[in-house]
Formats: sequence, C-alpha cells, structure tokens
Amino acid sequence: MGIHLAGLIVKELLALLKDKKSRVVLIAPPLIQLIVFGYAASFDLNRIPYAVLNEDTGAASRELLSRFEQNNTFECVEHLESDGQIKPVVDNKEALLVLRIPSDFSRRLLSKQTGPVQANVDGRNSNSAMAALNYVQVILSEFNADWIEAHGGRLPSKLVVRAWYNPNLVSRWFIVPGIVGILTLLVTLLITALSVAREREAGTFDQLLVTPLQPVEILLGKAIPAVLLGLLEAGVIVVVGLFWFEVPLTGSLAALYLGLLLFLLSCIGIGLMISSMAATQQQGLLGAFLFMVPAITLSGFATPIENMPEPIQWFTCLIPLRYFLIISRRVFLEGATAELLIPQYWPMALIGIVCLFAAAFLFRRRLS
Amino acid sequence: MNERQAARMRMRGMLRKEFLQILRDPSSIAIAFVMPLFLLFLFGYGISLDAKHVPLGIVIEGSSPEAASFAASFEHSDYFIPHTYRTVQEAEAAVVRQEIKGLVWLRSDFEENLLSQNVAPIGVMLNGVDANTARIVQGYVQSVWNTWNQQRSEWDGSEFSMPVGLEQRVWYNPEMRSRNYLIPGLIAVIMTLIGALLTALVVAREWERGTMEALMVTPVTAKEILLGKLLPYFALGMGGLVLSVMMAVFLFGVPLRGSLLPLFLCSALFLVAALGMGLSISSTVRNQFVAGQIAIVATFLPAFMLSGFIFDINSMPGPIRLLTHLIAARYYVAILQTLFLAGDVWRVVLANSLALLVFCAFFLIIARRRTVKRLE
Amino acid sequence: MSERFDISGDAKSALTIRGLSKRFVANKQTVEALRGIELQVRPGTVTGLIGPDGAGKTTLMRLIAGLLLPDEGCISILGREVVADPLSAQRIIGYMPQHFGLYEDLTVAENMNLYADLQGLPVSERTARYEELTHLTGLAPFAKRLAGKLSGGMKQKLGLACVLVRPPRLLLLDEPTVGVDPVSRRELWSIVYRLVREGEMTALLSTAYLDEAERCAEVILLHKGVKLGQGAPDEFSRPMSGRCFQVTLPNMNKRILQGRLALLPGVIDATIQRTGVRLVMRESSPPDLSGLPDGIRLEPVAPRFEDGFISMLRERDGHTPPATLSLDRPTAPKSVDQAMITVNHLSRNFGSFQAVKEISFSVKQGEVFGLLGANGAGKSTTFRMLCGLLPASGGTLSVAGLDLRNAPAKARARIGYMAQKFSLYGDLSVLENLRFFARAYGLRNPERGRRIDWALQEFELADHADGASKELPLGYKQRLAMAAALMHHPDILFLDEPTSGVDPLARREFWHRISSLTAEEGVTVLVTTHFMEEAEYCDRLVIMAEGAILAEGTPDQMRARVQSSERPDPTMEDAFIHLIEEHEKKGGG
Repeated sequence: MGIHLAGLIVKELLALLKDKKSRVVLIAPPLIQLIVFGYAASFDLNRIPYAVLNEDTGAASRELLSRFEQNNTFECVEHLESDGQIKPVVDNKEALLVLRIPSDFSRRLLSKQTGPVQANVDGRNSNSAMAALNYVQVILSEFNADWIEAHGGRLPSKLVVRAWYNPNLVSRWFIVPGIVGILTLLVTLLITALSVAREREAGTFDQLLVTPLQPVEILLGKAIPAVLLGLLEAGVIVVVGLFWFEVPLTGSLAALYLGLLLFLLSCIGIGLMISSMAATQQQGLLGAFLFMVPAITLSGFATPIENMPEPIQWFTCLIPLRYFLIISRRVFLEGATAELLIPQYWPMALIGIVCLFAAAFLFRRRLS
Repeated sequence: MNERQAARMRMRGMLRKEFLQILRDPSSIAIAFVMPLFLLFLFGYGISLDAKHVPLGIVIEGSSPEAASFAASFEHSDYFIPHTYRTVQEAEAAVVRQEIKGLVWLRSDFEENLLSQNVAPIGVMLNGVDANTARIVQGYVQSVWNTWNQQRSEWDGSEFSMPVGLEQRVWYNPEMRSRNYLIPGLIAVIMTLIGALLTALVVAREWERGTMEALMVTPVTAKEILLGKLLPYFALGMGGLVLSVMMAVFLFGVPLRGSLLPLFLCSALFLVAALGMGLSISSTVRNQFVAGQIAIVATFLPAFMLSGFIFDINSMPGPIRLLTHLIAARYYVAILQTLFLAGDVWRVVLANSLALLVFCAFFLIIARRRTVKRLE
Repeated sequence: MSERFDISGDAKSALTIRGLSKRFVANKQTVEALRGIELQVRPGTVTGLIGPDGAGKTTLMRLIAGLLLPDEGCISILGREVVADPLSAQRIIGYMPQHFGLYEDLTVAENMNLYADLQGLPVSERTARYEELTHLTGLAPFAKRLAGKLSGGMKQKLGLACVLVRPPRLLLLDEPTVGVDPVSRRELWSIVYRLVREGEMTALLSTAYLDEAERCAEVILLHKGVKLGQGAPDEFSRPMSGRCFQVTLPNMNKRILQGRLALLPGVIDATIQRTGVRLVMRESSPPDLSGLPDGIRLEPVAPRFEDGFISMLRERDGHTPPATLSLDRPTAPKSVDQAMITVNHLSRNFGSFQAVKEISFSVKQGEVFGLLGANGAGKSTTFRMLCGLLPASGGTLSVAGLDLRNAPAKARARIGYMAQKFSLYGDLSVLENLRFFARAYGLRNPERGRRIDWALQEFELADHADGASKELPLGYKQRLAMAAALMHHPDILFLDEPTSGVDPLARREFWHRISSLTAEEGVTVLVTTHFMEEAEYCDRLVIMAEGAILAEGTPDQMRARVQSSERPDPTMEDAFIHLIEEHEKKGGG
C-alpha cells in the first residue's frame, strides 16, 4: 500500500506542478485574488465625496462644516448655491452625500433649539448610504457633545462605544481571514474536481485501473496531494495576511491549522465527489463552479448569515466554508482556542467523511 | 452566383449551425437561462446587508425606571432582539459564545447620574470582527439613543434639546433595501457570464474538436466566422437579460424608474463587449479548460469584485481604483443602478455608455485580429 | 460556378510547389519541418504523400490548404497563389484534416447543409448532389442521425462527403484512413478514385498504409522534411527486383523463423507474409540459408512499393539490426498448452443494445491472439471486459484463471496493458512515468531501479529520459507505453491497437519485440489491430462483426476460407473483407 501511494502522490504532484498551465492556475489566480480581494473587498468608506449647501451665515454652521473638512473620511467636492443644484449633483453621482444647512441654523442653536441638518444620500448603493450616514452621525454626536459643554449645558447621558477585537472597525481584518478559506476552497476544488476527469480524457485512467492499485488507493492518491498543496497555499495566504495586510493573529496557529485540515478534508471530499461524477473536465469545471458560487455567497464571507432568510440559514449548515470562516476569524481576531471551536470542527469533519465515502461509492459504481 | 449572394449563404449557414448547436447542447441554455435564475434567486434571497433582529445584550446592573425605559426602547426597535443580563461578565461571556453581537451597559448608578448634574455614560461594546455589521449596529444604537433622548425631554418638559439634529433623506432607496442595489448589479455579473464565459467555451470547443480547422479551409471569411459566433450568443444574452429584468422587477420588487430603451441599448453594448472578451480569450488560447479559467479570472471575478456591484469603488485604494477603470462591468453597473433606482439620468448613462463603446471597439478589434484563417 | 471551368496557369500541374520551407519554434528550438520542397502534382490523378512520423506530411498539407504561412517558397493551385490569396485558393480545394471536425450535435444532413452553404453550392443543385454523395458513401439511411452517433468509419465518410459537397478541383486528404477498418477503408478509396476518374478532380493524400500508396498514380516520399523522391509506385519498386524472396519452413513458428532470418547478413527487411517470411536483400543475391533447418524453401518474388520504401529509408538512416527484447526474467518459460484466457458465452449490453453477443474463445499460453473487426464490431468492448475495465453482462471469462473484475488487485499484477493512444502522463518525463508505473506495480528498490534501467536500455529511451513524454515522437511514445506495460514481468499482455498511427519502421520494430517476448518468455499476447498484414503475426485470431465472432482460426485457415479460382492467393485483408461482406449479405446476424 505504501509504495503504491508514494507512487501515486509523486505522480499527482508532478502532473500538477510540471504542466505550465496548471501551475499558473494554481499560483497566479490565488495570488492576484488575494491582493485584489484584500484591497477591494471592503465595506469601509474612506473617501465619501460630499457637497454642501450652506444657507446659514453663522459661526455654528462653519464650525460644524470644518469638522467635516478635517475628517479624512469625507472629501468635499462642491459648495452649492441653491436647492435646485442638489438633484443634479446626486443624480450624476458627483457626490454621495449633500449636506444642507438651513439659514436659521446658527440662530436656533444659540437659542438652545435643535438645528436640523439635512443629509441627502445617494441610496443607489444602500450599504454605502448607510455607512455614510453613520459616519455623519458620529461627527454630529461629537459636535453636539462639544457644543453643549462649551455653552454651559449638560448632556444627560452619552454613548461610549468600544469595539472588541477590531477597535477601528477595519473591514480588511474581517475579509482577509475569510480569503484564506475562499482561496483554499478554490484551489483544492479545482485540483480534485478535475483530476479524475483529466485522467479519463487522457486515457491514463484505464491504465491506472489495470494496475494492482485499489480504488481506495487511487482516491487517496488524489486526496493527499491536494491536502499538501492546500496546506501550502493556505500557509502562504496566512503569511501574506499577517505581514502584508497586517491582520493580527491573536489565537493559536494550532487551532487554525486543525480547522484548516478538517476544512481541506471536506473540500477534497466534495471535489472528489464531483470528480467521480464528471465524465469530462468541462463537467468537472461546471460542477465545481455550481458548487462554489452558492458556497461562497452563502458562507458569510461578505454578508452575514444572520441576515438571510431562515431556510437559507439552515442550508448554509451544509457549507464547510461557513464553519471555516468562523474558525479563521475567531482565531485571528478573537484569539479563540480550539475548545471554543469544537462546534465548528465536528460538522466539517462529518461533511468531509460523508463526502469521501460518497466519492468512494460513486467512484466504484462508475467503474461498473 | 455572385460574391454577395455567396456571402449571404455562408452567413446563413454559420448562423443556422450555431443555433442548432445551442438548441442541442443543454449547457449553453443552462448558462444563458438557468444560471440567471439560479444567481438571482441566490442573491435575491440569500444575500442581504440589511441587519435586522440583531441579538444585543442589555446589561442593567441596578434596575431603575430610567434604565427600564431605555431598555424598553430597544424592545420596540425592529432592528434588535435584546437579551437582558444582570452583570457585564455574563454578557461578555455571551459575546464570546457568539450569542449576541454586542452589549449596551447601564451601570448601577445610571439613573442617579442621569438625574444629577453628572453625565451618565452608556457603555456600548460591539464585536468588531464583522466591521460592517458592527458599524451598522452602532448606528442603530445611536438612533435608538437619540430617539430616547428626544422622547425624554418631551415627557418631562426639560429644557434640553440636541443642538444638531440629523434629518436623513436617502434618495432612490428610502428603506435602504440592499436588494435594490444588489440585484441590478447582479445583472451585470450575469451578462458577463453569458457573454464572456459562454463564448470563451464555444470557440475553444471548435478548436479542440477540429471543426475550426475544417471550417477554415472553406471560403468562409474570418469576419463571417466571428459574426457567426457573435450574433447567436448576442440573441441568447439578450434573452437572459429580459429574463433577469423581469425577475428583478416582478419577483424581487426592484423599482425600474428609468426607461426600457436605454436599458436595452446599454445592455446590448455591454453584451457585445463581453462577447468580444470571450471571443478574444478563446481564439487566443484555443483550449476550453484554459479559456474557461481565464474567463472566470479575467472577467467574472472582476465583475464581481471591482465593478462596484457590492463594494464601493470610491473607497478602494488608488491603484485598485485605477484598475477598475479597465473593467467594463464597472460602467455597466453604474448604468444599471442608475436606470433602475434613479431613472434616466442622461449624464451618467451617456458617459458610461461611451466607455462601454470603447470597450466594444477594443475587444472586437482584438477578436477580429485573433481570428485569422491560419493555424499559427 | 464560373470557377469550375476556368483553367488557368500550368495545365500540366494541378499543384506546384517551389522552394518551400517551414520552420517551427518549440521550446526555444527551431525545428525545420520542411526544407526546400519542390513538387508538381499532375491533374486528374491520385497522388500519395508517404513518409514516416515527423516527415512533415501534415505540415505540407496545411501549407497547401493555406492554414500555415511558409517561411520560404510558393505554392500555386491551378494558377492561384495560396500564400498571397488563400481565400481564392480555398474556393477550389477540399481539405480533410486528420481529425476532421464534424459537428457532432448536428445531423448528417445538417453537417452537409453547413458545408454546402459555406462552399456556396446553389440550393437548386443540392438535392441531386446530396443524393449522389449519400449514395456513394452509404450514408443515405442515416441522414437524420447525429454525426456524433456514427461509427468511426461513417464519420470519416461523412467528413469526405462534406468536403466533396461542392466538387473541389484539388482534394487534400490527411491520413484519411487512420483508425478506420479495412472495409470502410476500401470504400473510402473507391469513392476517391471514382470521383477523380469521373470529374476534373485531383487528389493528394497522405497515408501510413503502404498498400494504399501502391495504388496511387504517383507517390511523393517525404523524410525528415525533405522530399526523397517522387514517381509512380513501380519506379520505387523496380530497383528492388531480384532482391525480394519468400521463405517458407512449414514446421517452424513463423515469428521464430522471421526472427532468425532478420539477423542474416545482407537482409534489410523480413516480414511475415502469408505462409512464410518475405525477405528483402541489400544486394540482388539470395540469402545464405545454410544455418537453417532442412525443408526450408526459397523463391524469388516480385518487388512491391513497400520494399522500395523500406530500403530507401534504411539506406538513408543506416540499417540497425532489429531490436529484440529480453524480459530479463530469471524463470524459464512455463509449459505451453495451458489456457491463459478463456471466454465463455460472454456478452455485454449497453441499454437495449447488445454490443457483444455470447462469444467464446480461448487463448493458450505463449500465443499471440488477434481480435479483429470493423469499427463498432465489439472488439474494444470485449477487450475492456477482459482487462476488467468493464463488467460482463453475461457469460464467464477468466484471465490467468481469474476474472480480473472481481479478483483481488494483486491479480492484476500478472497482466500488462497498453492503451490505444499510448496513454501516459504527458507532463511527466519518461523516467518519471517509468518510476510511477514501477511503484504502481509495487516494485521496490533495488528491483525497481534495475527494471527502470532495463526499460531505458532495452527500449532505447535513455536519450529521452528527462524529456516530457508528451513531446516524444509517436514511435517513442509507443515504446514507453510498452516499457511501462512490461515493468513487472506480466504473464499476459493486452495490446489495444498498438501500432495505430505509427509508421512502418516503428511497426516492424514493435513486432520484433513481441516475437521475442513470446518466443523466449512465454508471454501470452492479446492484440487488436486494423492492420491486416499485422494479423499475420498472430498465431490465431478471431474476426468479429456486430458483436459476434465470424471466424476463428490461424491466419492460414482464414485465408484458405476465401480461396477461390479467381482469388488463388488471397491476402489477410481480402479474407477479412470477404468474410464481413458475406456476413452482411446474409443480412447481419
């Protein structure tokens, strides 16, 4: 058994790494995606283009606006003169936000009345709209607190907001540990889902079947190289995440790698299942794609699972990536220990074992 | 027979062949019609950035009417499912167990401070791992607190009022449904898939099966080969578009405020650009497997990540923002979001259409240059 | 249709090529595929393009078709310059590439319609033309069938019909008969000949079958990118007269006799022919047979084109004595007469279609057993069942006493398998492939190292050991596949069309190896092939049609069955075709 497996593993690794095309597929897309995802996939706003229509001539409005000007998140693009200018500015996407300060603003503030500030937000991207409004709210709150203090008033209560694990609420800290999972899934699934079909197309599969190799050995010979490459690839991404994107790693690497190993097991199980069903590489590719798109969108990578309708939430329990994302984020940011992650470990192990058995079963059945 | 008649006959032959193949090959139909359905369902129902019913811990260390009143305002909010705790340690443990997303901490001296001359601090602690959700929750807490302040001053007639009040006006999407912006953007992703992936695969298939070599030695011209691929898949893509738009409007209730004509014209432009990309890829690599990979990496992923479909382009770092200008889907997403939600804003539509036109020309020229009747 | 009658340029030449050279760059190395080719093809003839693998036949075809640009030289087809105006030339040529791409999800009629549209055949002429072509090719009953569902020979005929939809002036066929059974092959040829005879058509075709070359009006011999000669086939064979002999020795196994004769001095070619061995000598003097047993008979025979071809190549490359193979096995061959493969009422159904119908045969140890049949006769299915790749639907089979399908994996260590297209891991080097198969068969060091060294040496692969196996010439791929199949001293060797697409020289070498394998080591060989002359190497064979066995016996018995007064000395191919036709006349099974 040992010698058979050694032969299969060496062969599989050589076949994957010697072919220029498959080498490129293994190395280039993950790296490009890591960089692009890492930089582009963020819900944080850091350049909110805004315009101002200030009808007030008082000092209060000037002080308020100066806070916006000093804030790096906001970028003033235009000072408007009249109401009629607001619509085109928003329509044409010149500004995401138009602040309108009415003419009696300063007067009302000085007379201890509430001075309304109108924030017109472009809701075409509702998430950006909401984030922008939150940023505005934060500035207004600070302004309010300072104003009351400066004018001898007292604020009855105040919110003291603190975020655990990610004090500055950097989206990237959320996204990059997620990328570890996505890219590992991508690479292992592509390796395994196409591997049997590729041999079938090249005719080498028959050649394998007439050797004394057992079907189990053939499957293991496909699974083990994928585990090795997956671990390597994930390792590179973790290092890039730590040192390039500077995401803190507060938990133990062991807990992360245990999760990674179980995650690889489940991915490879699924990949081999697709592979044993696919007759051609194209079917394998399509199968991998059909699994990957919902698996990624529903995994909680970009949007929280809690926001999904209940039936879909149940469905996500079948997605191994869902569990790994929790592990990766909790280990990176929350410093979670292996013990805390047991509810995530066992479903992946279960999925992996079930899929591997199913793959072995389908594989045998296809042979007959 | 003169040359013009012969050319017409060749064109007809190429088109008929392609349509027959589309009809007989279930995978093209699947990509053109089943894929849009699948993706729209998936995204329409599965993806939402609207945090509702967020589990939030309320720590009330000493019960008092003021604390109860503040806690009650969370009960009334649609956004929260409050869980009450006696001590902050209990609540923190619940955060670690992922039971609640954060906590609001009212200390034992909350009412005392509130009624005296001191400021009563309200601790808000959030699990910041999911930064976006945390920020949304923070905004919700802030607005609950604002409302509570307002109501308090009205009830007890105290002289206090907030100096600056925020009057929000969210244009085009007042309820801020994330579905309204995700689904129009998704149409761009779907059109990329139909246009680029499908054509990348079908042309490469001709090379692999040797049908291209046999075709090339007939009097058919390179232009006819190209058009013979372009037109059928253009028709297929427009079919997919109609399906997607109908689902968006009738199933998901996304408003369509602009007019149909510019929507279809711009979509046609984008589709031609996407087809051009697919044809350029497949006539360069001539292998289905590689063509499929390139199509996914070079067209699908950018359309997903860099088009402004989900992630805001303005907030990306400079070099990445520059890169997005090279992605046709970016312009199409802007047009779609505007036409669906804002209406016929000609400046946005025309400027972006112009960019799409440039992409069309560029990729068609590349595809034309790559499609030579030679094997080298 | 004005072009049909416009005769321009040199009326004596349908195709003129001058100073043609073509280079390719692969792996930063420039390969000269063609060098200074000069040739003319006479109009209204069938001209054959012959040469071993890598001679440049396909490159030349593609250059003529305008699919490649030459580095130097010019090509003109009936006065039309291919390089300058390929479209104009493409209007008058029909080109059938080696793997003609039919649209498999289109029907026969739809495929023809497409080519009629592309070739600009007026609608009014179509009905008559289709009728003529489908009648000629026998495709008429299948007009509505999807092209993908046709058999290999049918596909090839449909390809030809598509090319001929509008009669071309110059027909280019690139190895049109590779992988096609003898019956279909003969039909294809008769179509081409008929059209050339009837119409104003010229045909240029490349082929690996030397008997096909013999039937051409003229033959162009290519070797390593250079034209070695051109002329009528008998111009090649004429210098060989007096140098060809037939040797018979009734009591000796023909393969052993052939092996002995091949080593005699002055012999440049020895092949099994009918009841004996055919020898070609370097000089026109008979071989010295003194060392051979009594009863040996020698008679001079008329030379063939093949003799001229082989001798020309051998002279050019220098003749090396034929390769023999030692299995490097310590044990002596076991006793003969033990049945190694037994098949009893074996059948296999695919849905409602019965691909193999209750066939029975047995193969003894040390025998070379042939499985012959037309495309789709069920021989591949039988073959796959024997290897354990496919379960049987009914009946029993035993290979070395076991059914490989259910036997423990270890039992498979007793067989060697060589797949149709020499399936190897293309990205792996020769050495890596050998190492993999050695491990797959469970060989441990030092045995593994020893076997790998043996394979590199015996099959002369050492020079290519580190090259990616997909870059190897076809002949070397075949050797590597065979080496991999023999790594573990198998008792039985399964060979599925082992010489398909391989040139005559490599084929000879291959059969020499098989001969010594069986003679010295007692290995049992089961082989399928389309080359009827190779069937002569078999001890016994079966011919299959429509899933059933038509005939079983020795090659001599097969030929004897079809012997008649008008065919006193039939070839194996005659026998095969006769049997199949007889079967069809009877209305199938």
